Amino acid sequence: MTGNGEVIETSAPIGDAVKTTTCYMCACRCGIKVHLKDGRVRYIEGNPDHPVNRGVLCGKGSAGIMTQYAPSRLRAPLKRVGPRGSGEFAEISWAEAMDIATGWLKAVRETDPRRLAFFTGRDQSQSLTGFWAAQFGTPNFAAHGGFCSVNMAAAGLYTIGGSFWEFGEPDWEHAKYFMMFGVAEDHDSNPIKIGLGKLKERGAKFVSVNPVRTGYSAIADEWVGIRPGTDGLLVMALIHELLRTDRVDLEFLVRYTNAHWLVVKNPGGADDGLFARDAEGKPLAWDRARGAMDAGSAELSPQIVGEYELPDGRTAVPVFQLMAERYLSPDYAPEKVAATCGVTADRIRRLAAEIADIAFNHTITIEQPWTDTLGRRHERMVGRPVSFHAMRGISAHSNGFHTCRALHLLQMILGAIDVPGSWRYKSPFPRPIPPGPGPAGKGAKPNTPLAGNILAFPHGPDDLLVHDDGSPIRIDKAFSWDAPLALHGMMHTVIGNAGAGDPYEIDTLFMFMANMAWNSAMNPGEVVRCLTETREDGEYRIPHVIYSDAYFSETVPYADLILPDTTYLERWDCISLLDRPIGSAHGPGDAIRQPVIQPDRDVRGFQEVLIELGARLGLPAFVQEDGSPRFKDYPDYIINHQRMPGIGPLAGFRGDGTKKGVGEPNPDQLKMYIENGCFWRHHLPPEQLYFKHANKAYLDDSKAMGLIGKADQIVLQIYSEPLQKFRLAAQGHGAKQPPEAQRARIATYCDPLPIWYPPLEQQQHDVSGFPLSAITQRPMEHYHSWGSQNAWLRQIKGANKLYMNRVTASRLGLQQDDWIWVESRNGRVKGQLALMDGVNPDTVWTWNAIGKRAGAWNLSPDSPEATRGFLLNHVISEWLPAQEAAYRFANSDPVTGQAAWYDLRVRVTKCAADEIAQTDPHPATLQRPPGMQPAPALVREPGT
Amino acid sequence: MTELPPPSAKKLGLVIDLDTCVGCHACATNCKEWNAGGHLKPLPDFNAYSAGAEGVWFNRVHSYEAGEGEDGRTVHFPRSCLHCETPACVTVCPTGASYKRAEDGIVLVNTETCIGCGLCAWACPYGARELDEDEGVMKKCTLCVDRIYNETIPEPQRQPACVITCPVGARHFGDLGDPASKVSQLVAARGGFDLMPELGYRPVNKYLPPRERPAPNPHPPAEAAPTQMDIANPLLRWLDRALSR
Repeated sequence: MTGNGEVIETSAPIGDAVKTTTCYMCACRCGIKVHLKDGRVRYIEGNPDHPVNRGVLCGKGSAGIMTQYAPSRLRAPLKRVGPRGSGEFAEISWAEAMDIATGWLKAVRETDPRRLAFFTGRDQSQSLTGFWAAQFGTPNFAAHGGFCSVNMAAAGLYTIGGSFWEFGEPDWEHAKYFMMFGVAEDHDSNPIKIGLGKLKERGAKFVSVNPVRTGYSAIADEWVGIRPGTDGLLVMALIHELLRTDRVDLEFLVRYTNAHWLVVKNPGGADDGLFARDAEGKPLAWDRARGAMDAGSAELSPQIVGEYELPDGRTAVPVFQLMAERYLSPDYAPEKVAATCGVTADRIRRLAAEIADIAFNHTITIEQPWTDTLGRRHERMVGRPVSFHAMRGISAHSNGFHTCRALHLLQMILGAIDVPGSWRYKSPFPRPIPPGPGPAGKGAKPNTPLAGNILAFPHGPDDLLVHDDGSPIRIDKAFSWDAPLALHGMMHTVIGNAGAGDPYEIDTLFMFMANMAWNSAMNPGEVVRCLTETREDGEYRIPHVIYSDAYFSETVPYADLILPDTTYLERWDCISLLDRPIGSAHGPGDAIRQPVIQPDRDVRGFQEVLIELGARLGLPAFVQEDGSPRFKDYPDYIINHQRMPGIGPLAGFRGDGTKKGVGEPNPDQLKMYIENGCFWRHHLPPEQLYFKHANKAYLDDSKAMGLIGKADQIVLQIYSEPLQKFRLAAQGHGAKQPPEAQRARIATYCDPLPIWYPPLEQQQHDVSGFPLSAITQRPMEHYHSWGSQNAWLRQIKGANKLYMNRVTASRLGLQQDDWIWVESRNGRVKGQLALMDGVNPDTVWTWNAIGKRAGAWNLSPDSPEATRGFLLNHVISEWLPAQEAAYRFANSDPVTGQAAWYDLRVRVTKCAADEIAQTDPHPATLQRPPGMQPAPALVREPGT
Repeated sequence: MTELPPPSAKKLGLVIDLDTCVGCHACATNCKEWNAGGHLKPLPDFNAYSAGAEGVWFNRVHSYEAGEGEDGRTVHFPRSCLHCETPACVTVCPTGASYKRAEDGIVLVNTETCIGCGLCAWACPYGARELDEDEGVMKKCTLCVDRIYNETIPEPQRQPACVITCPVGARHFGDLGDPASKVSQLVAARGGFDLMPELGYRPVNKYLPPRERPAPNPHPPAEAAPTQMDIANPLLRWLDRALSR
C-alpha cells in the first residue's frame, strides 16, 4: 500500500479563532483574516471581501507571522544611560517613561512650542498625529511623504484634484492601453498586481517606462528603458506629437479643464499670467460671438487660440494657446529629446500614434446616463481607454513635480481622466484644486494650539510659512521659498537643520516609525553625526530625542527615550478619510486595525501613548473641562472624537449605525466595523462612477457625506495660477517676496505650465566624472527595513548587489560578483556587482534598504545584510552642492521639497585585490538593548 | 523500491502563468506559512537570523533573464513539486514513504516511515524535495491536501495557499485529468507545456508561456498632411474650430 497506509487529516479547522484586521506589512492596507490557534497566530490570509486586495495577499503580507514573532521586537520602555549611539539603555516602567516625556514636552510647550519637532515616518494615523501637533502648538510636524512621493500628490492635487496611487487608479476593467512610469515594484502592491492580471487576461497592451526591467516591467508588452530623470521630457515629446498631429480631445478640454480660460498678458505687470476674472472673481473665456464671458457658462463657444482684448482694455490669451505654443516648440520634438531620454525618435512617435489610436479610434461606451454640473443629461458614458500610472521613479527627482504635472497634462489632452478606460479618481477624490486652505503654523505661542491643518495647501505667497524677512517658520523649511508646495513636509531635512541650528535650534525631536539613522536618511552618516554632536557645554545639540518603534532599528541607539510600540496585529488603528483612506473608483472607504492578539511584552500602541501624552500635557482637545483625560484610550478617541460636528475619524456606521460620512458618534461603531471585516465602504451608484469631477449626483452626494465642502465642478488645471503667483512674487510683485538669492529659482521653477530641466544636483556639479545614474527600488517581498528582520523574507533577499548593464560592464572591464566602489560627489560605498541586460546602459541600480547595520534588528553581525548588503544612501546627500552665498538648499524638488533620491550620479570602479570582501562604510556593531534575547539559531515553528 | 498506483482519472495539479508572474514571492511565503502549521509541519528555518539562513520551502521563485539586450525578457519562474504521473521520487523510495495517491495523483511523503535517505531528492530532476534536517525526513509540496478537501474552509478557498494568494492570478488549480476542466482548457488555449518533458516523468503541473508581444500598431492612424498654414503657424488650425461646452 502506498504511503504505508498513511491517513491524512484533511478537515482539521485552521485554528480555534479567526479575526479580521488590516495588514501593515507595507502601505497598501489590505484586509486580512488572521487565524489563531492556542493564542498564537497560525495563518494570515487575504480577506476575500476586502475592497483593496479582494482575498489576495503579497509576499510580505503572507510573511507577517514572522514579523509578529521577530526577535527584534522591543520589550519595554528604555532610557538611555550611556552616550548616544552606545546602545546603553535601562529598561524603565511606562510610568517613568511617560513622566520623562511629559516633562520634556511640557517645558517646550510652555516656552516655545516650535522647539518640538514631531515627525512620524510611515505613519498611517496622520489625522491624529497632525491634530496632536496642532494642539501642541508646533508647526514642526510631518510624516514621511516629503521623502516618499509628495511630487505625485502635489502635482496631482494642484492639477486634477486627485493623484496616482492613493487618490486614483487605472480603470483596470476597461483600459485597452496602459502606460506605467517608474513604478518600483510597489505603490501600490496588490491592487496593481490584481489589475495587471486583469489587463493581461483581456489582452490590453502594457507599456512600462522604467530604467529597470524587473517586477511589473518584466511582464510589460513593451519596456522603455528610459534614462532616469528624463520622463518629463518624454511625456512632453508625446504631447508635442499629439498637438502636432492634432490628436487632442478639444471637447474634453473646454468642458473639464481650464484650456479656454483667459490668461492676462501684461509682461512686467502684477497681473501678468493671472486668470482674467469677472467682478465676482469667475474666470473668463472668450466666446466666439459674445466676447468675454464666464468660462463656466453652458452656452459658451470658447476660443482656444488667439489674443483678445478684455472689456477693461487688458490683453489675454487662452491657456490652450500658451500650452500649444510651448509644447509645439522644436525643443520638445522627438528628435530633440531622443538622446537625452535614451529613447529613439521613431519610438516616441510610434508610442504617441499608438496612444492616440486607442484614445480616439477605440473609444468605449457604457450605456449609462448621467448628469453634469450644468444640469445637462448625457445618455451614455464615452471613454478613451488609455490609462496611466506613475510613482517613485518620476517622483524622487528634483524635476518630479513638473514631470508629474506633464503626465496629467497628457491625460487631459487625451480626454482620459475619469472616463471609462482611463485613470479614475478614488473617492473621496476629486477634491477642489487646491483642496483646502493654506497651512497652519504662523504665530506659534506657548501653551496655544495652532488653528487649522499643519500640512495643507498654499494658494499663493500669502500662505507660505515664512517670517517677514522671508526666512522659514518650520524647522524643515517646508512651505518656505525653498519649497513652497511642500505639502508633506520635509522629514529628510529635519535632523540636518536642527543639527545646524538652521533656521533655529530645537529641544526635542520626537519620531515614530522612521529609520532616520539608516535607510530613511538621505545620508545616514550625517544624520548620526547630527544626533551625536554636542555643544560646548557638553549638551547634545538636539537635547532630547524620543523615538517610538516596535523593533530594534538602527535609530533606536540614538534616542534618549524609547517608547516601544506594538506590532500591527496587537493594535487599534484607524485608516481614516481624514488622512489616507482606502477608497476606490467604486466609492469611498475606510478601515480599522483591531488587536488580534495581546502583546507578550511591556509595549503600548503609539497612538494610545500619544493620546495619554495629550491629556498629561493638557492639550485642549485631549482633556475635559476639569483637566481630566477626555479619552480613556485610542478606541474611545476613534469613536468619539469629532473634527467637525458629525465628522470623526471613521465615516462608516455613524449615528444609529446607518449614517455615512456625517453623523453623531456611535458607541457601537468599532463593533460594527469588526462585524463588517474591519472596513467600511460606500458603493457608488452606476451613474456616479465616471466624470466625478463634473458629475452632479456624485458631487452632491459627496458633499452630503462631508467628503467635500462644495459640490461645484472641479475644473482641471492645465495652467496653475498658484504657481504663477509665486513667480510674480519672485518678479517683485506683492507684499510677500522671496529673499534676493531665491528670486531666480522661484521664477524659474514656479512655472504655471509643466517644464523639464535636468535634475538640480546634476546641473550644479561637474558630472563628467560620474557618468552613471544610480537608483534604487524596493523588492516586492520587502518593505524597507521592515523585511530584513523577518526570517523568511531575509532568505529570499539577504544581500543586495549593484546591477549594471552587461555592455557597460564590459566596457568598464567589470565582471559578475566583482567587489566594486560606487563613488559620488559625496563619498563612496563598497558592494558587489551583478550584470543584467534589462537596465538602461547609463544606469546602475540596487535594492533599497536590504543593507543593515551590524547588530541591528537582532541579526547576527555576520549576516549578509551587514557584510554584503549596502545602502546607496551612503553616497547621496541631503543637500545640493554649495551655492552662491553658501546657502544650503535641500537636495529636493524646488517646488515641493520632495527628496531627490534618484538624481544621484556615480562612477563604479573595481576594488583593489587586497581590499576585504565586505561592504564599507561598515559602522560599529550595535549592541542589543537590555532584555532582548539573542535571536534563535533554529526556528521550528513560527513563534516558538 | 515503491510501486506507483494505477494512473488515476483525477490528476490534481497547478497551472502557472509565466506571462503574468511578477515574481512577488507571495506564493512562496503563503505556502510556507500554511505548511509551517499544516500536514507536513514544521518547516524549520536554520540560522534564521544570521549568516547561512536556509529553511524548508515547498515553493521557490527564481528570476532570470532570457534573450539578449532590450529584446530579452525577465522571467519569474515559481518552482514546486509537479506531481508527476511517473515520479521517480516515488519509485526510488526504499521504504514506501514516498507515494502517489491513487485517488487524485498527489505525490506525498509519509514522514512516519521516511528515513531521510535523500534518494528521492537525487531522483527528482526538478529540485522539488526539501530535507528537514532537524527531523531527518524529506518533505515537499502537498498541494495543500489539508486545504483542498477541508470542509471547515469556505468552498471558494479550498485551493492551495499559493493559488488563493497570488495577486496577479497567475496560478490555477484543478483537475488536469479532466479535459473539460478550467485548467485543462486554459492549458489548451494558451499552449501550456511540461517542464523538461524529455525526461519522461510526465508532470501534471503545467506552465503557460509568455504571450507573444503585440506588434507595434500595424495600422497607425494616418497623419493629415500639414497645410501651408499649419506649417506657418500650427495654432491657426484651432482658431476656427467651433467648440461647445
